[in-house]
Amino acid sequence: MRVLGLDIGSRSVDAVWLDDGRITDYAIADSGFDPAAAYEGFLARGDHDIVVATGYGRHVARGALGCPVVTEIKAYALGATALYPEAGSVLDIGGQDTKIISLKASGGVDDFEMNDKCAAGTGKFLEVMARALGFELAEMAEAALAAEEGVVISSMCTVFAESEVTGLVHKGVDRGRIARGLHDSIAKRTLGSLKRVNVRGPLVFAGGVAKNPAMVELIRGGFAGEVRIPDEAQIVGAYGAALSALGR
Amino acid sequence: MSDNVETVDYTEMWEELGLNVPAHCALLKAIGPAYESVYLSQKNRPEGMSYFDFVMSEIHSLRIRELQDHKADGGSIIGTFCVYVPEEIIRALGGQSIGLCAGAEWAFPEVEQVMPRNTCALIKSFMGFKLGKVCPYFESADLVVGETTCDGKKKAYEVLGKLHPTHVMELPQMKRPDDRALWRSEIDRLAAKLEELTGRTLDVASLKAAIKEVNDKRRALQRLNAARKAAAVPISGKDALLAVQVAFYDDVPRFTQMVNAVADELEARIQAGVSVAPAEAKRILITGSPMAIPNWKVHDIVERSGGVVVAEELCTGSRYYDTLVAEDGDTVEEMLEAITDKYLGINCACFTPNDARVDDIMRMAEEYNVDGVIHYALQFCGPYQFEGYTVEKAARANGMPLLKVETDYSMEDAGQLTTRVEAFLEML
Ligand code: SF4
Ligand code: SF4
Repeated sequence: MRVLGLDIGSRSVDAVWLDDGRITDYAIADSGFDPAAAYEGFLARGDHDIVVATGYGRHVARGALGCPVVTEIKAYALGATALYPEAGSVLDIGGQDTKIISLKASGGVDDFEMNDKCAAGTGKFLEVMARALGFELAEMAEAALAAEEGVVISSMCTVFAESEVTGLVHKGVDRGRIARGLHDSIAKRTLGSLKRVNVRGPLVFAGGVAKNPAMVELIRGGFAGEVRIPDEAQIVGAYGAALSALGR
Repeated sequence: MSDNVETVDYTEMWEELGLNVPAHCALLKAIGPAYESVYLSQKNRPEGMSYFDFVMSEIHSLRIRELQDHKADGGSIIGTFCVYVPEEIIRALGGQSIGLCAGAEWAFPEVEQVMPRNTCALIKSFMGFKLGKVCPYFESADLVVGETTCDGKKKAYEVLGKLHPTHVMELPQMKRPDDRALWRSEIDRLAAKLEELTGRTLDVASLKAAIKEVNDKRRALQRLNAARKAAAVPISGKDALLAVQVAFYDDVPRFTQMVNAVADELEARIQAGVSVAPAEAKRILITGSPMAIPNWKVHDIVERSGGVVVAEELCTGSRYYDTLVAEDGDTVEEMLEAITDKYLGINCACFTPNDARVDDIMRMAEEYNVDGVIHYALQFCGPYQFEGYTVEKAARANGMPLLKVETDYSMEDAGQLTTRVEAFLEML
């Protein structure tokens, strides 16, 4: 059976095609103003027998396509355990939310925590800060890694942090140190949540922000157990959604 | 009740009560569609729920007319905010007890001029209804009775006391013998206050009758809720919640009769194996802060997501109907003693310690054969937020999955909450 898994997020629409449970292709598109337009393109390929949707746009897709849906929690848990059967937990930092899932030894969801009330510490936050610093996203991560030490950023609210960053730039503070400070504070916050949920390793770090080498280094350095980063960290949700069709 | 109720214009009555009529119309216009989408859209409801549909459609009209008639006959209306306030004493002195807690956002900007923003929605809501002059129950009340429970309510009654005749009962925070003695004296003080207000005196016959009547109401609710233990769930959680919410302000004997009729129907449904939910629907117990009418948010989300709520450990749930006043008292004194005990037996998070609530939850989880527990705390409700941790720990130790949610009356977080609830149901 050929399955198309769609993860319809606030920043991107991710797609994974499976045939007999194996990934045959994947794609990532910008959600833009119209996420439906993004997934219509994937559907138009016609390379699937069924579709399963996850992500915050899943109910819209269910309404439009009549397809089954699963939550992001289940999708990430399925995707992460398929990639790493030994996984103990999942951290997903996406465009606009953060999820922490602790897994049972058998692979199912044991507990989870979500933050999607505000963009603090998410991909969106990093984008806004990069813009304030005059960096491309990738440049910002590089600069953060290169900096010896970060400046302390006191606010995690996107709006306040942005003006704080602008202020620091005007004061002539090194942009690399600011970038490092921003990454430090997201990592600190994330590590605090991981502690609160009391997750065990290995931790699968997924989602768009897992492509950021500075964040990866900081999470690796601060987490008590092992950390695994999928090669394509952004499609774990879509992969899990597709797998759910196989009754896993 | 009859089928051919004529449309009556109640504007004059509302004006006489001093309501802000245009604002009040706007409130009613908001509640109607909410009720329709939450309640009337359900399939396979028990027929007896049509009584509650009727009550809801007449919530600010026919019932208010009844209360005005009751007052004209020399009766009193006493408003309350907590399940600790003894309805039996109110009724024995010719009063009707009306719950004034509210479950809708109203006039919050005005409320925030007199109390902090980080006050729970329940308190803000009843203050909003008062300040906005949109609640005919509030405006009908000869006296409102508050209690020293959480800090928010305690201080809110100071504000309210300037706007409405208010009597505050001092509720102890512990349950030791001295605390019971204090509570007993507060029961006496309430009785004296109501005697003074009504010009009547507590006597054996009327207190006995009131105890019996209110017990019968609670017994009817116990029956209705016991039916939810069956494998085939005969009534939705939303409908069962509504029944308890209505218990706070409906006419007591009529309500009892109607709830018993629903219970008859539910028992027949169980015999016939009729269920409102598919067999694979996850059975959920909800526990936490009170859900005042028309707050149906969490139940609605759970049941729209494919779960079914089978029990509520709430003040609009088991804490309201689970225990009865002993009926064997033969003197006023004995009956007041029995009332003291019944109320002090309620397990509210304002008390310390409150381990018995955790025991109640775990016992109910077993009795109702639940798959998971949702701990619901209103935002800024310290007592229940705190106990959320205790309950979570106990649930874990018992292998019972638990989801903690914290929310308010706004719909801003409905999407997020839906995702969390769906993920929880998937996980069970
Ligand atoms: S939660 Fe406590 S204070 Fe609130 S109504 Fe219930 S018993 Fe009273
Ligand atoms: S106990 Fe909680 S819900 Fe009740 S009034 Fe106090 S803060 Fe609000």
